[in-house]
Amino acid sequence: MVIDAKQYDFQALNEQIRAAEGDVTVENCMGHRFIAAGASGRTITINGVPGNALGCYLNCATVVVNGNAQDAVGDTMNDGRIVIHGDAGDAVGYAMRGGQIYVRGNVGYRAGIHMKAYKDKVPAVIIGGHAGSFLGEYQAGGIIIVLGIDCPDDRVIGEFCGTGVHGGRIFIRAHEIKRALPPQVRCEVATDEDLASVRDYIRQYETCFSRKIPDDGKRLFVLSPNSANPYKKMYAVN
Amino acid sequence: MAINYIYPEFEVVRNADRCTACRVCALQCANGVHTYADGVMISDERKCVACHRCVALCPTRALKIVKSDHTFRPNGNWSGQAIEEIYRQAETGGVLLSSMGNPTSLPVYWDKILINASQVTNPPIDPLREPMETRVFLGKKPNGMRRNPDGTLDTRMSPQLELKVPILFSAMSYGSISYNAHASLAQAAAELGTYYNTGEGGLHEDFYQYGANTIVQVASGRFGVHPDYLEAGAAIEIKMGQGAKPGIGGHLPGAKISEDVSETRMIPQGTDAISPAPHHDIYSIEDLRQLVYSLKEATAYRKPIIVKVAAVHNIAAIASGIARSGADVIAIDGFRGGTGAAPTRVRDNVGIPIELALAAVDQRLRDEGIRNEVSLVIGGSVRNSADVVKAVALGADAVYIGTSALIALGCHLCRSCQTGLCNWGIATQRPDLVKRLDPDVGRQRLVNLVSAWNHEIQELMGGMGINSIESMRGNRLMLRGVGLNQTELDIFGIKHAGA
Amino acid sequence: MLQKEGKVRIPSGCAISGVFAKDGRRIPGDLVARSMTTMHERSNGLGGGFAGYGIYPEYKDLYALHVFYDGSDAKAECEKFLDSHFEVVNLSKIPTRKTPAIKDPPLIWRYFVTPIHNKLKDSHLDEKEFVARCVINLNHNYKGTYVFSSGKNMGVFKAVGYPEDVGEFYRLDEYAGYCWTAHGRYPTNTPGWWGGAHPFAMLDYSIVHNGEISSYDANRRYIEMFGYHCDLLTDTEVITYIFDYLLRKQGATLEQAAHIVAAPFWSTIERKQGREREELKYLRNAFSGMLITGPFSIILGFEGGMMALNDRLKLRSMVVGEKDRTVYVASEECAIRMMEPDVENVYAPRGGEPVIVRLHEGVKC
Repeated sequence: MVIDAKQYDFQALNEQIRAAEGDVTVENCMGHRFIAAGASGRTITINGVPGNALGCYLNCATVVVNGNAQDAVGDTMNDGRIVIHGDAGDAVGYAMRGGQIYVRGNVGYRAGIHMKAYKDKVPAVIIGGHAGSFLGEYQAGGIIIVLGIDCPDDRVIGEFCGTGVHGGRIFIRAHEIKRALPPQVRCEVATDEDLASVRDYIRQYETCFSRKIPDDGKRLFVLSPNSANPYKKMYAVN
Repeated sequence: MAINYIYPEFEVVRNADRCTACRVCALQCANGVHTYADGVMISDERKCVACHRCVALCPTRALKIVKSDHTFRPNGNWSGQAIEEIYRQAETGGVLLSSMGNPTSLPVYWDKILINASQVTNPPIDPLREPMETRVFLGKKPNGMRRNPDGTLDTRMSPQLELKVPILFSAMSYGSISYNAHASLAQAAAELGTYYNTGEGGLHEDFYQYGANTIVQVASGRFGVHPDYLEAGAAIEIKMGQGAKPGIGGHLPGAKISEDVSETRMIPQGTDAISPAPHHDIYSIEDLRQLVYSLKEATAYRKPIIVKVAAVHNIAAIASGIARSGADVIAIDGFRGGTGAAPTRVRDNVGIPIELALAAVDQRLRDEGIRNEVSLVIGGSVRNSADVVKAVALGADAVYIGTSALIALGCHLCRSCQTGLCNWGIATQRPDLVKRLDPDVGRQRLVNLVSAWNHEIQELMGGMGINSIESMRGNRLMLRGVGLNQTELDIFGIKHAGA
Repeated sequence: MLQKEGKVRIPSGCAISGVFAKDGRRIPGDLVARSMTTMHERSNGLGGGFAGYGIYPEYKDLYALHVFYDGSDAKAECEKFLDSHFEVVNLSKIPTRKTPAIKDPPLIWRYFVTPIHNKLKDSHLDEKEFVARCVINLNHNYKGTYVFSSGKNMGVFKAVGYPEDVGEFYRLDEYAGYCWTAHGRYPTNTPGWWGGAHPFAMLDYSIVHNGEISSYDANRRYIEMFGYHCDLLTDTEVITYIFDYLLRKQGATLEQAAHIVAAPFWSTIERKQGREREELKYLRNAFSGMLITGPFSIILGFEGGMMALNDRLKLRSMVVGEKDRTVYVASEECAIRMMEPDVENVYAPRGGEPVIVRLHEGVKC
């Protein structure tokens, strides 16, 4: 079913989407918020610019955006997949607990902040270009991959990457990690085992966007937490 | 060995004539105060937190805990506590960590406000014989009458929470308190026709059955938040802040993340559960509107959204912003509110008394003509039914109780929750301690407490000649201040007693 | 020093009485004044008053403003305001009769006015709202001025004194109308201010009321959200504003208004079925700030009708009777018998059950 968003505000549009059976294509999307909030079992394709909190609490639906997305894509997402054929704004995948977000281009500040994982629920955010500062802040689980395609090493991540991490892993493709990392973060070159664990995501990225990872001599680094209890020694019982 | 600068705060007094060395005290004390050696019981008083578990269970009443009269040289400025806190920090380099509500002697305004009663000019009402209504609905109220095309009244309303009593159990996460404590709260809420609150730790699958009496919380850590969780509750609460620690996040140490807690929070066992200070999708008031509406969209506008904030200096303006953000209910937590753990300096110095915050917020929302946009629930040390009546008369729709509920479950306010060794089975995840709290007993004690308060509320209302709680809401003429200065009276919108 | 009404809240007990000719027959004002004499014991001489409807047929399209002035300065200020907002078609002192029991009257003036066309247009308000705001403004902001009646083809007459003396003072025998309500006051303080007497009126709504309500401040703080100022701190004032808000601004029916201010108990609502239950629940929940608790019996007068209502526990006495197309309401049956010795069907309405009477269809007054 095709819905022309031009005639609706966000509430009316989302009401239409909830009421529609099966897959939905939204045309002329222009800042409509909360599209696919908590949605399950369908594909929602968006032509235009969806508003903030696209796919928040997404359950097991697929959301495809032909264009850029704004802030808070996949906020507290539970399952399913979001594919952005462009860039995404700040706080992509905030507190995400499952599913995958693929962004063809770049993401803003605080991507993957407070992602978490539990047993077989391992969320993943795959970013083609570069990410802003505070990438993976407080990360408690899950996988963030920044591919750095056509992007110099000093741009691929910003400042304070992984502050307060206590779980999960961040993969960064670069010649070298040029940014200072906080003390909670351990940085190593990915092992074969690490590579094997993310190969599927990278392949999916290439398929989604019909785009090859260039052969530019970059290596994959993996950032992981030093401790599951980063603040243990901070307190004195009073 | 380094010198220990700190002398124990309490003395364990054991009456040798009564003690039979039965060792119940040793078995009961998770802090390890009591040990049996060579036929006698001995005490390591440094470990005592004055939780009274041993006292309560000693079969011969051989034990009592007294405050040590050991003293520093008296000093009006440097109290013994102030000196000892410096010793603690000099030794560890740590941030002082405390639990439960602010224990300092800052003013308790509830105790400086008195309630009216009818004499002659209108009649008091006897609640034992006449109807006395304490039912409350929380949620947006329309700002006028709408009609259907056929002229009949359009009776549709935003989603409402119906409470048989004006009291809810406030947010306490599974993790900060035990499974049995949660079971007691959930069952009591169901029996009382009110609600308990999951706190930010998710909802254990065993408790989904109490969903109709559950408020599910979404905090900055988003633990255990997923579509089924949002659907499970009767309402969703966004936690922006907590009275005991405004402006900072939460931190449940990995030691408290047991297998069950890890499953409920959906994080690995043993890792810290860290809630950031802000929601990272809310850096401004318009972002709050975004989170409120994202939750409404995810639940198809069927659930009221509560926004909980700590009482801070600018609370009236903040509440006005929240009321305009689409929230259905504002919950305000005062600076005496409890916590499982908070930095001592934050707990004791940040935030303002709930009484003043409530008065300021209710008046501000009325001045702006938006009081109907939201219901107002307050918490942060509501200790008895008179506090409830005063809160409602100042303008609250209902109150949250946390500490009072825990005390009903056996908490002795030893303020040591952060150790996870609660001897009463409340603030602990250790299975042998948790099982000390029987959920059936706990449920009954909570039901007893709230039912008793409700009777007292009815008595106080009847005395004022009011037979429905909505006629008491915001009825500040029923309150008078004692020992308050003019600024305080002006904020409360009440007169001094005698005036 | 004793504080004036409005500076301090003064609880009072009272007697009320009302008469309504459904056929529009014009009843002289002294009839209802006489009815109050039998209830003399219910007042204490500190306030009495009347509202008459259909009494100004010659000016029936004009707002009749009755105003108390403390002195000529206040009068000059007020008239400046009136001249800039209204066309004043007629003005005069309200005629009074020297009555020994009525002491220290203020200046009492009456103006028949209509809003200046351009002023009204520029205000983007409907005519009644324009007039209401002018009255609220004068009473709130103009010291020494008190507009105590502002409806069309109706008028309030009140003073400090026993109601029968007040009727004599205002020469009520010279007025006639299809409806009269009366009030004798028993305040627990002696403010000695005429504005504090009842009825209280806003536009054509007037209220006489008996009993001290316990919900006062909850009601006041609610209704003040909608632009009203409760300057007198009296129950009657806040009740009048609630009815003005519900009936005029929200278009509620009288029954709906009654179901808000004297809402049935939840247990009663739960016993109802279907649409009725849904509507009662909605009204009570949505407008709970206007629930009035504590004892009250009120008579609401309005253009073309009258409603009598008791609180839901029926803590005040009120009886109703009828004879020859005329309905009588009073705190005590004797007051009705005084007006109509042969009154029929005398009964006491149940708590929260509104008694509504209107002019017969087609009757013009």
